[in-house]
Amino acid sequence: MLRIDFSHWFDVPLQGRELALQNYDAIRLIEWGNKYINVTIFNSWLIILLIVGGAWLATRHLSVNKQASRWQIALEALVLWLQKEANETSGSRTNQYLGMAMGLFCFILTANLLTFLPWFRPPTASLSTTMALAAVVFLAIPYFSIRNAGIKGYLKKFIDPIPLMLPMNIFSEFFSVLAMGLRLFGNMLSGVMFASILSAFVPFVAPLVMQTLGLLTGSIQAYIFALLAVVYSSSVKEEIVPQEIT
Amino acid sequence: MDSYAFIGAISVLAACLCMGIGSIGSAIGEGNAAASALQAMAQQPDEANRIRSTMFVSLAMIETSALYALLIAFLTLYANPFWNYAINQ
Repeated sequence: MLRIDFSHWFDVPLQGRELALQNYDAIRLIEWGNKYINVTIFNSWLIILLIVGGAWLATRHLSVNKQASRWQIALEALVLWLQKEANETSGSRTNQYLGMAMGLFCFILTANLLTFLPWFRPPTASLSTTMALAAVVFLAIPYFSIRNAGIKGYLKKFIDPIPLMLPMNIFSEFFSVLAMGLRLFGNMLSGVMFASILSAFVPFVAPLVMQTLGLLTGSIQAYIFALLAVVYSSSVKEEIVPQEIT
Repeated sequence: MDSYAFIGAISVLAACLCMGIGSIGSAIGEGNAAASALQAMAQQPDEANRIRSTMFVSLAMIETSALYALLIAFLTLYANPFWNYAINQ
């Protein structure tokens, strides 16, 4: 039995109680038997469609001469900027991480900037999305580490100063990635909740200022998430490469 | 006072205390980090971009402890496990 109910998608979340933690994923848009698609998944798909469609439109007519389109120049500027930031933060040879970092950055930035639509619930304000993004980084760390330094170099990281630190290193491996997901979730949820609580008290001018601040916070969070993914992925390489040279 | 009122009152109080005490440390830490970064940027304006990106990353790291406090405050307010326990009693 297919049931489609988009009436809650356009609800303006004004009451703080309505945005409670357990209710955020519980708004089901499409139900099919015991399977369902909630707001978080649907909005994630919307964002993915937006990014893929935008990238496809922008890269249709690529050219290297002076007739490059404005969209191509904008995308090139974005890629070059992220490349420069990654190089400044984590040394050389960061091109291999750039695909992952760019994907995370574009997804989180689009999700966070779309909060200027009053009824849009950003999927980054749901713990399941941010933990999925953090799981990508969690799998990317051993992948890039083993690719760059070999499996020996990767395992050497865990007994780094002394073998006694092994449990602490394993602990920090989990918690550094867990903190990434929780940080994005906490920032977005606090922004959305603060805006909704404030608009219940002062509906006119004050939420505008907070929304603007929320856009700034969202951009910084996207930047930080992408950059931390690069930093964690390149953590092993930097320790191993000087030892090989000397 | 029955258990519902007690759990509700303690939850609100705990959320406020958690947020207030939990954000002190990270506020002081972020202030120190930003002050040092501004000083470094004033001394070496050529390195300002590099200092700024490093500052943003470290600010995000420092902010984590306050965000844990925020999460626990949200948990006590909106997803309190003791509510269900009291209801099932």
